This record gives sequence, C-alpha cells and structure tokens, in this order.
Amino acid sequence: MKNPRALAVQIGFMLLPIAISLAVAAALVISVGRDPLEVVDALWKGAFKDSRKLGGVFNFWIPLTLVSIGLVVTFRAGLWNIGVEGQMMMGALFASWGAQFILMDESLSPLLNVVLIALSALGGMFWAFVVGALKIRLGVNEIFGGVALNALVNVISIYLISGPWQPRIGGSAQGTEPFPAASLLPEFSSTFPVNLFMIALVIAAFLIVLVLLNATRWGLNLKAVGVNMRSALLLGVATERTSMSAFLVCGALAGIAGSYRVVFTFDNLRPLASGGIGFLGLLVVLLLSIRLLWVPLIAFAFAAILTGSTRLQIVVKLDASLAGVLQGMLVLFVMLFHGVQEVFFPQTLADDNANDEIGGNSLSSGTSNQETRIHHRGTEDTEKKVKRL
Amino acid sequence: MNEEFLNTLGSIIGTATPLVIASLGETITERAGVVNLSLDGSLALAAVLGFAAAWTAQEAGVLDVPMQIALGIAVAMLVGALIAVLVGFSSIKLRRDQVAVGFVLTLLAADLARFLGADYTRIPGPQITRFAIPVLEDIPILGKVFFQQNALVYFSYFLMFAIWFWLFRTKGGLALRAIGERPEAAYARGAPVQRLRYWYTFLGGALVGLAGAAYSLNVKPGWSSPPAMQGDGWIALAIVIFGGWHPFRAVLGAYLFAALRAVSSNIQTNGLFIFGQEINFPFVLLNTLPWLLMIVTLLIVSGGLTERLLQYMPRGVQHRLRAFLRSDPPKALGTRFEAE
Repeated sequence: MKNPRALAVQIGFMLLPIAISLAVAAALVISVGRDPLEVVDALWKGAFKDSRKLGGVFNFWIPLTLVSIGLVVTFRAGLWNIGVEGQMMMGALFASWGAQFILMDESLSPLLNVVLIALSALGGMFWAFVVGALKIRLGVNEIFGGVALNALVNVISIYLISGPWQPRIGGSAQGTEPFPAASLLPEFSSTFPVNLFMIALVIAAFLIVLVLLNATRWGLNLKAVGVNMRSALLLGVATERTSMSAFLVCGALAGIAGSYRVVFTFDNLRPLASGGIGFLGLLVVLLLSIRLLWVPLIAFAFAAILTGSTRLQIVVKLDASLAGVLQGMLVLFVMLFHGVQEVFFPQTLADDNANDEIGGNSLSSGTSNQETRIHHRGTEDTEKKVKRL
Repeated sequence: MNEEFLNTLGSIIGTATPLVIASLGETITERAGVVNLSLDGSLALAAVLGFAAAWTAQEAGVLDVPMQIALGIAVAMLVGALIAVLVGFSSIKLRRDQVAVGFVLTLLAADLARFLGADYTRIPGPQITRFAIPVLEDIPILGKVFFQQNALVYFSYFLMFAIWFWLFRTKGGLALRAIGERPEAAYARGAPVQRLRYWYTFLGGALVGLAGAAYSLNVKPGWSSPPAMQGDGWIALAIVIFGGWHPFRAVLGAYLFAALRAVSSNIQTNGLFIFGQEINFPFVLLNTLPWLLMIVTLLIVSGGLTERLLQYMPRGVQHRLRAFLRSDPPKALGTRFEAE
C-alpha cells in the first residue's frame, strides 16, 4: 500500500507545519525582546503545574469540545456556522435568566442544574435557528448572518448587565451579581475545580454525535448535503430540513458550552462571556479537516495553550493573544501544507480524503442560495427546481 | 442650511472613508473571483503596523511629518496586500478553500495585531491633517460636506470613479469582470486568469491595508485593544454584497452605515428629543442598529424575501425593481480555476 518514502513524506508534512508555527512564534517573541524558552516554561506551568491548573485546562476543554463537536455537524452539512460564538452567548443568557429567576432550595440544586443546561441548549438553538432560517429560507449567507447575530447578542448582554440585571449595589458594566449557590454547578474538589457531570456530558455528546454521523441515515444525509446539494436532492434528501437540523444540533451544544461559562467558570454573567471559544472551535475543526475522532485531543491541546497563556502577562509581561497567534498559525500552516502535499506530492496521500473538503458553496450566496432552496410540495416542483440548479 | 448639520454630514463622510476604501478594495478582489474574507483581521493588523511605522519614524526624528504618514500608509498597504495574496496563493496554487483560509487569517491577523500592538496602545502619533480644496470648498453646501476633508477622503472619491471607469469602460476592466464571471471563457480568449487574479487580489488587499491606515492615522488615531475598528471588516464585506459588486453602490452603502452610526452615537451622548420631549430608552440597544441594517440589506439583495414581495407587484414594475434591488455575485466567486 504505501512505500517507506511516502510514509516519510507523510510524517514530514504532519510535523513541518507544527515546527514552522513554533519557529515563527519564537521569532515573534524574540522580536519583542523576550526569551522563547521562558514563554514555553510559563505556558507549561500555567497549564500543568498542579491539579488546580489542570482543572483550568478542563474548564476550557469542556466548552471548547462541545462547540467543536457541534461545528463538525454543521461543517459536515457544508455550513459555516460562524454564529457559534453568539449561540454560546445566547445559551449563557438563557442560563443566566434561569439562574437569577428560577429560585430553588439548595437541596434541589442538581435539578436546577439540569434545568439550566436544558434552557441554555434552547437558547443556543434559538439563535442557531435564526441563522438557519436566514440562510435556508431567506438566502442570507450564514457567515454574515452569524457575524451580525454574534454582535447583536453581545449588545443585548451588555444591555442586560448594565440595565435590568445590574447588581443592586455598585452597578457597572462588569457583570451581574453572583448567581445563587443553588444554580451553580458544583466543583469536584477545591484542588481540582471541575464539574464532573459536564465532563460526562461532553463524552456522551461526543459518542452520540460520532454514532449519529457514521451510522445513521441522518449522518449520511448531512454528508450528502455538504458534498453536493444538488445530488442530495436528487437522492431524495430533505435538504432544507437536514441543514436546519445541523444548525440546531450545533446551537444546542454551543448553548450548553455557554452555560458552563456562566454557571461554573464565572458564577455570573459578564460581557463577552463566551470568550472567543466558539471561534477557537472553528479553528479546531478546520485543523482536523472536520474529523470528529480527534476533536477531544486537539481541543485539549488548544485548551492547554489557552490556560497557559493567562500566565504570560504576569510572568513574562506578554499579551495573552500570543496563544491565539500560535493556534491560528498552526491551523494556517497545516492547511497550507496539506495543499502543498496535495499539489506537489499527490502520490503520498492516503486514500481517505473523503472528509477533507471544507464546505464549498459558501460565498456564492445570492442566486445560488435562492436556487438551491428546495420546496417539498411534490416531486414535480422538485424536478422543476433541480432543472434550475 | 444649518451649519451644525453640515458639519455632521462632513464628519460622516470622514468616518465612512475607511469603510469606503476597504469595500472598494474588496469589490475588485471579488470581481476577479477571489473572496478575501480576512478583512476584519487585515484592517487591524494594517492599522497597528502602519501606525507603528509612522510613530517609530516620528520618535527617531527622521523624515518630516507627511513622509512619516506616507511611510505608515505604505507599510499598512503592504500588510493588507500580503495577507490578500496569501489567500489568493492558497486558493490558486494550493487549491485550498478561500473561505477557510480567509477566516483563519481573520483570527490570526487580529490576534497578531493585538500581540504586536501591546506596546503601542494609547500613545499619540502623527496624524493626517485636513486641507480644504480651494474653489471647490466654496460651493454652497457640497463644499463644506465634501471638500473640507483630508487627502485620504479625496482619494476615496477618486478611487470610486477610477474603479467604475476601469470596470465598465476599459478592456482591462472587461477582462477583470470576465475572470470573475466565466474564467474558462476569459482564458480561451487569452486572458491570463491566474496572473490577473493575483494582481487584483494584491491591489484589493493593498486598499484594505490603506483603509486600516485610515483608521489609525486619521479616523480613530492611534491603537487600542480591543481595536476601535473591530467588526468593520465584516461590515465592509457585507457592503460589497449590498453594493452588488458595483463601486457606486458600495460607496453609498458605506455612507449609509456611517450615517446610521453617527445618528446612534449622537443619540447616546445627547439623548433623544422629539417635539421638545425627552424620550427615555435604553440607548445601549442602539448599538444593534448597524448589525440589524446589515441583516436587512442582505435580506433585500440576497433574494428570498425580495422575490416573495415582488410577486405582489405589477408585472411591468417587477423587472425594474428586481434589477434595482437584487445583487448577484460574480458567478465564479470563491471558485478555483484550473487551466487545462
């Protein structure tokens, strides 16, 4: 099947982007007059020094993995759900509403936790539905719809924090009052401050989506819609409903991720509580060319970099955005080198390229969206539409 | 006419200029069939590096002020052009998805801007000064609004006409439109599709870089984190669609957005009075307006809703209204072209 040389090239193409990203990052650090080794040390200690820090990594890993799993679903359907960040935020808003206004005795805390998670899933689905309806029904490209809805929910959250939900004393735009204890997710221990139920939920979501994508008709439909809308329609796939279901699944997972930020990480609602995790999820999935299997691992690596970076400012007086630079470069170089390999060394590629294409029809919105909109009133209608495709 | 009102209009033209330049740049890139989705990050990185270059020259005491500005602008344009060419290269040569690469570059450039800009936050630097154009500034009303601005604003007027003329009145423009609509046909007629795509991606990116410099050296001088222009890249991309890939409509769209922003920020600082009555309203929510406008404009031009409404119009009017409202993208936008 593969000769040793091809294998060597293959491994080279996996390691080269990582090496180059690290080298460029090191050069950047040197250019601002710091020692790259100190930065590595700070990142490592920031993430893995003790179990508390490791808990911090998990607290990024949980929401990041959730959104990434959701994004695999939307990408499979060929959809660019940039609105994921806003869907997280809407989930956070719904959970915050529940945390403040559904009052329960502390003994019923587990029940309230579940209610809040369900609420946040609804919130995320609501915002994803808007993006989906704009895209599927009204022809507004999901990238722009998503960007606009991200901005809208941020304005709404700032309004709530500085208005109706402002703290009774010392109201400012910093955040709401801490939520009642009953609404908060419990920590496993003070030395490992992570919520185990949520870890279990992430694993469950991962397994369920893995099965749904690979062993059900729905998964097949998603893939069909993502690869070629027209063929999918000819095969009798309800393309509109399939696309919308992808948005809703992603929205629900993003909403839950958002709730974790407010009822665990912060204990209150803050502006931009989603913290860019949704965008980071997009990077994780792009890095993996939409392969779900590796999502938890890569998400863990990204979460570790993110956690470590919070120490950069204190230890080496560097802006924490270095983490984003490193992650962004990693994804960029992986994509570019994948291209180099495909174009210049096609014989070294493995056969399983099925998932490698990122949803293609995205930006040629306008007419194509209009024309790929399919009604399901009857076969005659469908045939007419297909002819126009 | 009211002096204050004219001043406001003038300042709207001024603050709209980066949006105008960025959306004009992206218009020609997309006309060539390449989507440069990295605008939001490109603007920030170009802004901060342009500012850093101008400021460094100022601190070192080399060059006089206009040349410091020119250096800053040159650096910013180079940054914008390089990012755009990277998008073009990854698509044309490496067969990557333009949207994916553009999106990653958006995030990367924004983070890079924040990282490199950390040492330059909130320090004053050289600024572009305004100069009125003699004779033209004396035209009643128009003179005060359009011709008491700075060089970048005047350049944006020129750019709008130049791009329109190039696109629709020259052979080169015909080739540009052809490679975005039907690259195979253009190739068959001898147009070097890939070379032209590189060139227009470079040019469009350079203009995006210039728009970045227009922020940090003029509209919102200096650099802050999070950057003042955050989100404007996305608005510029939406304006390109709203503008139907036509320079005049794009400029109109940019002015519309800037006007809406001016109104909403004015209300937020001064309150809202109707017939002498102060209206109370959570003014923070006015910040949603630009984004609502973005959705509404895309709704109008992207088809779905418009088509449905048009059904209720008399037949004769339908055609003209559709032509006016709808905007269809260049047919080969975002696709790759392989010369066989």
